[in-house]
Amino acid sequence: MTRFFDVAWAVAWRGIHNFVANPMFLLPAVIFPLFFFTAFAGGLSGIANIPGFDYAPGYTTFQFGFVIIQAAAFGGVFTGFSIAADFEYGFTRRLMLGAPNRFALIVGYAMVAMFRAVLVWTLLTIIALAVGVRFHGGVAEVVGLYTLAVLVNIAAVMFAAGVATRLRTMQAGPAMQMPVFLIIFLAPVYMPFDLLQGWIKEAARFNPLTLILELARDLLAGGPDYHWLGYVAVLGALAVFLGWAITGMRSAERAGS
Amino acid sequence: MSTAVATADLQPRVSEQIVQLARRSILRSLRQPATIIPAFVFPTIFLALNTGGLGQSTRIPGFPTDSYLAFYMSTPFIQGALFATINAGSDLGKDVKTKFLSRLALTPMPSWALLVGQLAGVLTLSLVSSVWFLTIGLIFGVRLESGIPGAFVLIGLATLIAFAVSSIGVMIGVKTGSGEAVQGMFPLFFVFIFLSSVSMPRPLIEQDWFRIVATWNPASYLIEAIRSLVITGWDGVALARGFIIAIVIAVLAVSGATKALRNRFTRT
Repeated sequence: MTRFFDVAWAVAWRGIHNFVANPMFLLPAVIFPLFFFTAFAGGLSGIANIPGFDYAPGYTTFQFGFVIIQAAAFGGVFTGFSIAADFEYGFTRRLMLGAPNRFALIVGYAMVAMFRAVLVWTLLTIIALAVGVRFHGGVAEVVGLYTLAVLVNIAAVMFAAGVATRLRTMQAGPAMQMPVFLIIFLAPVYMPFDLLQGWIKEAARFNPLTLILELARDLLAGGPDYHWLGYVAVLGALAVFLGWAITGMRSAERAGS
Repeated sequence: MSTAVATADLQPRVSEQIVQLARRSILRSLRQPATIIPAFVFPTIFLALNTGGLGQSTRIPGFPTDSYLAFYMSTPFIQGALFATINAGSDLGKDVKTKFLSRLALTPMPSWALLVGQLAGVLTLSLVSSVWFLTIGLIFGVRLESGIPGAFVLIGLATLIAFAVSSIGVMIGVKTGSGEAVQGMFPLFFVFIFLSSVSMPRPLIEQDWFRIVATWNPASYLIEAIRSLVITGWDGVALARGFIIAIVIAVLAVSGATKALRNRFTRT
């Protein structure tokens, strides 16, 4: 077990070092979520005037809930790019020689994704508080929100790892990014579910991310109702993608990568 | 005397040079589906997702139309221009790296002619994508308030915008000699689009700072000019602003790109 975590920590340390030391990785990861928060909360603020928009904490808080979850998901996906790059350049092949349990590599990459996400969440939260976002719930709701985000982050990195370990090339980028992008934007991103209409409402109804986003916004608003099924949705996704990542790593082992 | 005539006969006219380069540029664009497909697919996906997600925005008091699709229709044209920019700059960056540009420098071809030839592929792509976006809108029920003549003006303006913005890509491509540098500019252009009146009319943007940024952002006026043809009809002010800004960007970018090409040729 000690060996398992030694390997995971070594992979994580390298990934975190690369992430922090290279502005090409660091800046987009930090700037894009901030930019989305700014652009959506600022540019679409008029949506709060639509009859039926009844999210009490206001539109900026409404968008903050979305951006926290989005940063969690994309933090996981972008770490998948690093996994694919390490496979393509043969680095993982060498790593696998020294790792008795190869899933430790995936755990290491998940730790990188978590580090990225925590960094972005910290910055986002500081800026959000500065521009007037308030947590209307108590400590339990704050812990609940960030726990939800952590679970989304791990689910996303497991999904991306499953793709990266199967395709083992950087050209797998769109295959990791596009499904996550689509599932995010087929959820109630800009306005509450009840205000959606037409085909996108039907898509959002069957999209598990809808429950997750609604729960995040409920936790920010401090209730009174909570979409607790959001936790079930994210835990379900986590279970599925964990299996996807483990079988992906086995497929990479069989291929000798 | 006869030698001079013979030499002149051997030198192709500038128009012929442009045609040859344009042919190469168009073929190169057509042979790279990986660069063509995103220019059609991504703006179409954004159009579908955003018009679905923001459809109820038309219920905001004072919203200028009851169809968000009609309102948002202008955006894919600008996004298409953005993809064209990345393609144009990346292609020229590659030409610098592979020394194709250095070999061209040995010919008597003027730099502006090279620029026009290089942009032919992009303009063709922009023209086709504009027709595609317009067709998508018409299929899903958008009616142009400016009628059929408006459709031609819209496609003309979209192509002019693509030319202007692509020239910026070319300028960066020639200056840096790197396709990656042009790709790296993509987020910046993206920021320009997002911080504009792309999703909401400027008077309805509630946050003061955002409305001020959108008002100073030239992308707002390019979008509003195209939008006016769809939802308003013939709005002289919006069209004049859009055309003037597109022309100013085109003139500045073409001069910058030509100068960069001249410098590159001199160094060669």
